[in-house]
Amino acid sequence: MRRRISVFGVHTVLIAYTLLAILPILLVVMNSFKTRNAIFGSPLSPPNAETFSLVGYVSVLGKSNALVYLENSLIVTLGSMILVLLLGAMAAWALTEYRFRGSTLLILFMSVGIMVPIRLGSVAIVAMMLRLGLNDTLTALVLVYVAQGLPMSIFILSEFIQQIPKDLRDAARCDGVPETRIFFEVIAPLLRPAIATVAVFTMVPVWNDLWFPLILTSSDNTHTITLGVQHFVGQYTTDWNSVLSALSLAILPVVVIYVVFSRQLISGLTAGAVK
Amino acid sequence: MATLRIDKLNKSYGEAAILRDIDLSIGEGEFVVLVGPSGCGKSTLLRMIAGLDGVTSGDIYIGERRVNNLEPAQRKIAMVFQSYALYPHMNVKKNMTFGLKFAGLAQPEMDRRVAEAARMLQLGPLLERRPRDLSGGQRQRVAIGRAIVREPDVFLFDEPLSNLDAALRVSTRVEIAKLHRLLGATMVYVTHDQIEAMTLADRIVVMNHGRIAQTGKPLDLYYHPANLFVAGFIGSPAMNFFSAKVDKKGPASVTLSGPGLPAFDLAAASFAAPVGASVTIGVRPEHLGAEAPTGFRIAGAVELVERLGETSYAHVRAAEDVALTAESRGRDAPKAGDRIILSAHDRDLHLFDEGGQRIAIE
Repeated sequence: MRRRISVFGVHTVLIAYTLLAILPILLVVMNSFKTRNAIFGSPLSPPNAETFSLVGYVSVLGKSNALVYLENSLIVTLGSMILVLLLGAMAAWALTEYRFRGSTLLILFMSVGIMVPIRLGSVAIVAMMLRLGLNDTLTALVLVYVAQGLPMSIFILSEFIQQIPKDLRDAARCDGVPETRIFFEVIAPLLRPAIATVAVFTMVPVWNDLWFPLILTSSDNTHTITLGVQHFVGQYTTDWNSVLSALSLAILPVVVIYVVFSRQLISGLTAGAVK
Repeated sequence: MATLRIDKLNKSYGEAAILRDIDLSIGEGEFVVLVGPSGCGKSTLLRMIAGLDGVTSGDIYIGERRVNNLEPAQRKIAMVFQSYALYPHMNVKKNMTFGLKFAGLAQPEMDRRVAEAARMLQLGPLLERRPRDLSGGQRQRVAIGRAIVREPDVFLFDEPLSNLDAALRVSTRVEIAKLHRLLGATMVYVTHDQIEAMTLADRIVVMNHGRIAQTGKPLDLYYHPANLFVAGFIGSPAMNFFSAKVDKKGPASVTLSGPGLPAFDLAAASFAAPVGASVTIGVRPEHLGAEAPTGFRIAGAVELVERLGETSYAHVRAAEDVALTAESRGRDAPKAGDRIILSAHDRDLHLFDEGGQRIAIE
């Protein structure tokens, strides 16, 4: 009986949180399909035949650079994600598997990366990118995000690598498998759930980030979607139709990528619990 | 197939010495079992032969080649792990061929070897399955198959049966023995199970605290253990030990007695320990009988009887701190509370000096 009550309690809290998290998103998506007057007149009601309007989407997709922004966001997000996963997994393998001079120092250095927010270095990063001639490029963003995501991904992946039985790599060594192939063909396939976890953890903050695009990109064709949306927010008037439509569009890709990884993610999160 | 020679091998991690001065020579096609309690260094020795752990000092030769600095793959060894260590994301066939790809074998040759191993181990119907769809015994057969297809000079087994249940352990043990006869390959096998050691080995190497305690044929170790450790380790239930003193030495016998142990004469033309020396007398439970020749005799009260069917083990207390186990066969076993007298033939007595070394009796 106590058990049932506690299960009920947990679910109540979870459902409340879910509603809290989903409602604003629902509001954005709903209102993006309404006329400007309806948005202000009855913001909480869903679009009906009278208030339905695609004017926001027409202006976002037709008249603005929104598609370029979306493309930039995708390039930056996927680019950083792939690099973080590849480098992170390789570094995690090296740091857990091999003892070499300075390996402890490197691990320490990486944990500092987890503890110190990268935004503290914003000024230095801008100056460095300027000197490298990388200001106003997507490359600069990718580099910053890789630096931001790498420490945590190494940390998480190391934990998972330690759970892989040591006999497996010993067997591969006896089999004459070269070290790089041991990593890519024996270890990496077993890390799939962990890699999915890290992928989601890396992707979401990168996609949502406003700060670094703001300080590192200046021209219209390097803006990401989160920054691009700001174009519709004027000093005196705000084109709410366009803002809401652009935001709705911005949600889509991240949801798609999340769904792709989520099946793996769930098994990844429970993998440690059972053992 | 090759010989394996180990010369003055040492292994230490910092201050801690794991293996000390191991000398061992293994003949072509010989089946050698390394046995000992956990932590005795037997697995480390095997891993050093495989090349998975580095050598601190000393040499390892496979055939004529000194392999100290060779990678595992270059040593022409194959290892079977306790945890099977199958690649979970590959099917049985890929598990067996994965390593062969890197040896530069052509596809037809790989197929031939896999087919051969599959036939030997009855893996045919399993070739397309993933390890997670196999039972423990099947997994271990796949792991053995993966070793066979490499056609190695030396097979290394690291407690391959420990994860199997009792019935499967017996049948897989028989299979390994048959395989050895079939392949005639040199095999080194690590276990803590002395039954595996006794049944499989051409020669057993008993290890303790990083040293070799004794090397010999299974029955030599059983009948002539070189020291107290081997005497206590080989044989199940373990040998009974009694502390005693040399009371008297005659021309053809010595007289021994100890706490709970009345004085008796042991026929011996020469006996290495002097009068007054402390010795340990060892008698196996299966050699203690009720019929009473002259010589070793001990009386005590039965505290507990374990009946295994035909065989029974009586736990007997002879004195305050003198306990022993005796085996009896047949329907009539002693009962708890009985007082019994147990005796043993001279030839079944093992004597050890204060240092635990065997005392030669002639």
